[in-house]
Amino acid sequence: MIVPYLGGNDEKREAVLKGVRELMKIVVAMKQIPDLQQIRIRDRKPILDGVPLTFGKIDKNALEAAVQIKEAVNGEVVVVSVGNEELEDTIKEALAADADSSVMLIEDDIEKMDSAQTAKVLAELIKQVERYDLVIFGEGSGDNYSGQMGSRVAEILGLPQAGYVTSIEIDGIAAIVKRSLEDQEEILEVKLPAVISVAADLNEPRIPSVSKVLKAGKKPKEIFNLDDLDIEVCEALVATSSSLAPASNRKGIELKSVSELVEVLKSEASGGN
Amino acid sequence: MAGVMTYSNNTALALELLTAAGLMGQEVKALSINNEQQAQELKDAGASVYEVTGEYSAADTNMVAEILKQAAAALGVDIILLSSDRRGKELSGRLAQKLNAGCLTDIKAIQVNGTEIECERNALGGAAIAVQSIKSTKQVLAISPKVFKQAEPAGDGSINNYAVEETISAVSVKEIIPKSTDSVDIADADVLIAVGCGVQTKYNLPAVEAIAQSLGGLVGCSKPVATDWKWFSEERIIGLSGKICSPDAALILGVSGQVQFAVGVRGARVLISINSDENAPINSMADYYMVADLNDVLPQLKDAMS
Repeated sequence: MIVPYLGGNDEKREAVLKGVRELMKIVVAMKQIPDLQQIRIRDRKPILDGVPLTFGKIDKNALEAAVQIKEAVNGEVVVVSVGNEELEDTIKEALAADADSSVMLIEDDIEKMDSAQTAKVLAELIKQVERYDLVIFGEGSGDNYSGQMGSRVAEILGLPQAGYVTSIEIDGIAAIVKRSLEDQEEILEVKLPAVISVAADLNEPRIPSVSKVLKAGKKPKEIFNLDDLDIEVCEALVATSSSLAPASNRKGIELKSVSELVEVLKSEASGGN
Repeated sequence: MAGVMTYSNNTALALELLTAAGLMGQEVKALSINNEQQAQELKDAGASVYEVTGEYSAADTNMVAEILKQAAAALGVDIILLSSDRRGKELSGRLAQKLNAGCLTDIKAIQVNGTEIECERNALGGAAIAVQSIKSTKQVLAISPKVFKQAEPAGDGSINNYAVEETISAVSVKEIIPKSTDSVDIADADVLIAVGCGVQTKYNLPAVEAIAQSLGGLVGCSKPVATDWKWFSEERIIGLSGKICSPDAALILGVSGQVQFAVGVRGARVLISINSDENAPINSMADYYMVADLNDVLPQLKDAMS
C-alpha cells in the first residue's frame, strides 16, 4: 500500500502538513555510455569511434522505477547526467520515457574522469535540483559497472542509502525498499531524502511512443559546465595502464557431425567422470 | 609501514581477503563486526583480528563505512580490502568517499609491484580487461569472490576488542527474508553446460540435464533464460551480471556469445559451442563449434552419451 507522500525534508513536510500541494521530487542519475552491442575489437583494442552513445540498461531501470513512483504519489522526475556535447541528444531518451526535466553538465573529455571525480560533479549537479526527496541510481553503469557512484554521492550529500533495491514504496516521510542480497532480502525503511540504487531488471523500462519522442526535446532543461558550478575537480585517484580485449588462443575447429562432437566431449569434457 | 585491513561480513569471503592481503607484504589486520564466530575463524587462520561489538546494523551502509573509517584511522592502515559481493560493493564506494580514497571493485586479479598494486577488472561491459591502480595513499579494493582461496588455519592469531563511536542510523530493518538458495554453485563446476535461447523449448531441458549428468557437469544459462523465461533461478546465470566460471570444459548450447555472457566462460580451458547461426560470435570464441539446430542435436547427443 502506498501511504501519501509527506515530504522529504522539514520545510517541505511542514508545507504538506499545512495542506500545500507539494510534489515529490525524484532525481535519477544516468550515465551516457557507448552502445556496448556496437563495440568492435581490432588487435585486442576496443574501437569506440563512431559507436553511438546511449544510456545503460540498468540506468533505464532506475528511470522507470522513478517514473512509477511519480505516477503513484504525484511527483516529478528530474534526470541528471554528465557527458559530452552529444548528451543533449542522449537525454531525450529519458525525457521521452516520462522524465519531466533534465539537468546536465556538458564538458569534452568528461568520460575520462574517474569515479571520485564524477561523483563530486554529480553531487554538485544534484544540489542544483531544489528540494529533492529521492535520488535513484542503477546498481552499476553498463560499461564500467563499478557500482561506486550511488554510494559516493550519498556520502557527499550526507544521505542514507540502500543498494540492490528491487522494490520501492513511499510511506509518508520514508521509503520502504527491498534490498536483494545474494542470500537474503531485506525490507528496509529509509528516511527521505535518500539515495537508492536499483538492481538490474527490477522492472521493464517503458518504450516511448513516437509522440513522446517528438515532445522530449521541448521539456525543460538546464545545462551547466564545470566553470558554472565552481567545482574544483581533484586529480584522478585511479590510473588505467591498459584496457584490452583478452587474448584468445582458441582452436576454432568446426565439428561437422554429432559423432565428432561426441568424440570431442569424451576426450575433452570428462572432468566430472 | 602502513598496514592492510580486511573486512567482509561473509566469513568465507573474509578468509579469501586474508589470502589476498598476504600478497601486499604489509601487516594485516582483520576487522570483524558483531560476529564472534567469524572473529574466531579469522584468528584460527592466523590473523590479528579486531572485533567490534555494539548496536550496529549491517544494513546501514553508512554506519558500517563509518566503523571502517574509524578503525582504519585507529589501526593506521592505508589499504582496505573488502569483498566484492553486493554488501561489499555498496560499502566500498561509501567508505572510499569518506576516506577520499580511490576505489576499485570487482577485482579479478592482483599483482603487487613494490608499492603499486595493479588490479585487473572488466571494462566496457566485459569487452576489455582493464589494468588499473590507485594513486591515492588510501586505497579501497573490493575483490570478487573466489579469486583467492580461503586462508588455511595457521598459528599466531589474536582477537582484540575494539570500540568505535556510535552513529545514528537513518535505515531500519523491518524484515529479513532468506532466499531459497541453490545447493549447487555453477562457479565450482568442472564441466559447465550453458543453456541459451537457442535451446528454444523447455522440452529440450531433460536432454540437456541427461547430457550434463553423463559429463558430470552442472547446468547454467544465459541471462534471458533465467530472467525472461524463468527456466532457472538467477543463481544459474553465467556472465557479467551472474557467475564468472572457470570450468575445465564448457559446452555452450544456443548462446550467441555477446560479451556480457562471454565474460562468464572466458576462463574455461576448453570451449565447445553448438549454435544454429554460422555467424554467431561464439563460434570464433570456441575451441570446437558446431553449426546445427539444437532441436536435432540434443536428442542425438543425449543418446550417444548415455
